[in-house]
Amino acid sequence: MTLEYVPGIPILGPYVDPDNAPFWEAVERHEFVLQRCADCKTYFQVPRPMCPHCRSMDSLEWVPSTGRGKIFSYVNFTTDRMAYPAMKIPYSVVLVELEEGIRLTANIVDVEPEDVFIGMPVEVTFNKPTDSFTLYQFKKAS
Amino acid sequence: MTSSYDPTRDVPRPARWEVLYRSSGPFWDGVASGKLLLQRCASCARWLTPPRPMCPGCQSREHEWVQSTGRGTVHSFATYRHAPHPAFPAPHSVVLVELEEGPRLVSSLVGIAPENIAVGQAVEVVFTHAADDFTLFQFKPAA
Amino acid sequence: MLDEYRTKSYQAHLRPAVDENLIKDNVAIIGIGQTAFSRNSQRDELDLACEAIKNAVDDAGLSISDIDGLEALTLDRVSMPTLIGSLGIPNLRFTSEVSFGGGGACATVMHAAAAVATGLADYVVCYRSLNEASGHRYGRGDGYAEYLSKAPTLHYGYYFPYGFLTPLAWAGMYARRWMHEYGIKLDNTGWYSLVLREYAQKNPNAIFYGKPMTYQDYLDAPMIVEPLRLFDCCVDTDGAVALVVTTADRARDAKQSPAYIMAAAQSIPIETEIQTSYNRPIVSGLPETWYVGQELYRISGLGPGDIDVAELYDPFSFGGIIQLEELGFCGRGEGVDFCEGGDRIRVDGELPLNTAGGLLSEAYIHGFNLIAEAVRQLRGTATSQVAGAETALVTAGPGLPTSGLILRK
Ligand SMILES: [Zn+2]
Ligand SMILES: [Zn+2]
Repeated sequence: MTLEYVPGIPILGPYVDPDNAPFWEAVERHEFVLQRCADCKTYFQVPRPMCPHCRSMDSLEWVPSTGRGKIFSYVNFTTDRMAYPAMKIPYSVVLVELEEGIRLTANIVDVEPEDVFIGMPVEVTFNKPTDSFTLYQFKKAS
Repeated sequence: MTSSYDPTRDVPRPARWEVLYRSSGPFWDGVASGKLLLQRCASCARWLTPPRPMCPGCQSREHEWVQSTGRGTVHSFATYRHAPHPAFPAPHSVVLVELEEGPRLVSSLVGIAPENIAVGQAVEVVFTHAADDFTLFQFKPAA
Repeated sequence: MLDEYRTKSYQAHLRPAVDENLIKDNVAIIGIGQTAFSRNSQRDELDLACEAIKNAVDDAGLSISDIDGLEALTLDRVSMPTLIGSLGIPNLRFTSEVSFGGGGACATVMHAAAAVATGLADYVVCYRSLNEASGHRYGRGDGYAEYLSKAPTLHYGYYFPYGFLTPLAWAGMYARRWMHEYGIKLDNTGWYSLVLREYAQKNPNAIFYGKPMTYQDYLDAPMIVEPLRLFDCCVDTDGAVALVVTTADRARDAKQSPAYIMAAAQSIPIETEIQTSYNRPIVSGLPETWYVGQELYRISGLGPGDIDVAELYDPFSFGGIIQLEELGFCGRGEGVDFCEGGDRIRVDGELPLNTAGGLLSEAYIHGFNLIAEAVRQLRGTATSQVAGAETALVTAGPGLPTSGLILRK
């Protein structure tokens, strides 16, 4: 199953701010980067101006992620109640624990909702559902 | 009579849900039918402006709507020299009118140049169709 | 704090001393008031708030002019100055608003208590007014997106583009992980919802009064967002609830038997998002609820076994069940077994729970109705009265910055 959208209804875009802009700009280039503190090597999500571990503000860096991880949890939207109307049901939202240890949510593509399971190896992929932005998504690891 | 709004532009109007409100719906319904209605506590006869669901004097939730004469005096006013909104080209005068019944309402004043407006001036209500489905109450100098 | 939670090593010695707590036993809820709860009131929140506050003030035997403080959620859509002008409060001296949606419910009482305990005000009213059912709905995707788009909250930008934008789905992510880690079977989870529906049959104010439910009805209802079914979800409601808070000294003259505050607590752990804290070590639990529980027990000197009735904020059944675990009424992962068959949480059980029907079956007034029910239990006037109830524990929204109370007779 590929992820399908309902024509005519806007897909909500990322909320881009100065802290997370490098992430979404990388996604536009089909690159997947994570924010890390260069001093204490802590990764964090969501992006922020200060390392919550050592409070450094000037050593935050963006490092490439392998984009690989495992499904940590997931929900399936199988009825249109509570689903976002721009997206055709059914669709899944997966919480992926990346190899780097942090977790991100996204849709999973090319997997039926009933086939999703916790622990499933996945990798990042990119999709441009509208002219205005690109999204990262996950697919079954090859 | 000059109009203080530009009929080609949408006038900001009370939010749809506000019109549904038990408290202010009848006021705007009245305006739509060319009547200026004032809310009065049915228990202690206190005027309630702006409209509200409970009387602050006696906490009664019962009220009645009474038609105003629409006459009053300018209690204060302010004049925009820069348009606050595309529908209201400058100069645009906003007045605080004290009605004969006592309550004060904010509105705009038409048919008079801003420099001729004076505190204490006698005014009366006029109704302006701002759009097919929206009527505005305004004031003009009393005849 | 997340380390304390993970290792279950609550460090009481790091907390402010109990004997310096000015709220404990020194503040009481002396009035409760509400409107009818309905699915379509066609009334605005201001109107509902006025009625509930007037009822609460009457219940306390006070007049509006005695009220000198107001306390609300930042989420409340009623303009406080307009409310004051409608009620006719002559001289308000204290106002405050608590953030974090339903997580702030008990915190409003805590902040009101702080105000009266320190002499900033004499009588503070806490209120919540909603027309969720007929007006502004938070639970639906489009409405929620509109609401949140006005208050840029950083992390939501990572969720909305994926059609992941309602509290129900966010909670589903916790629920799935919890079921996975503790081997919980989907079809065994219905007893919680079922017992709450039973309580609602005794409560004429409940939305689901006169609408009983069987276990099969629970199972037959559609999945809304897997793994959550329809009757795992709370009920959008129009209505308002208000509470009057004052000092114990003043409470002695009150018309009603006061519900004294033994403990009040609030918690926001690090790496907390509003209902989407997926980068905390444990996603299958509620560290803020655990912490609030530990604080409530430490301050009150009570333990889980001393609680006569619990009113747990349950936007979803799982949210209520996991709180049973976090508050020590059962072990981790044992919440579903605790509710099995329903007897433990019925009115004569070991922990009567959400005795007016809770948010699932009474009404969703952001948990303020749970606080009102706890007060009724301590007064002995509940529709499902727990015999001899002397202590009640109340919580606020789970999975976000939260709060809680222990009240006593
Ligand atoms: Zn660092
Ligand atoms: Zn009155």
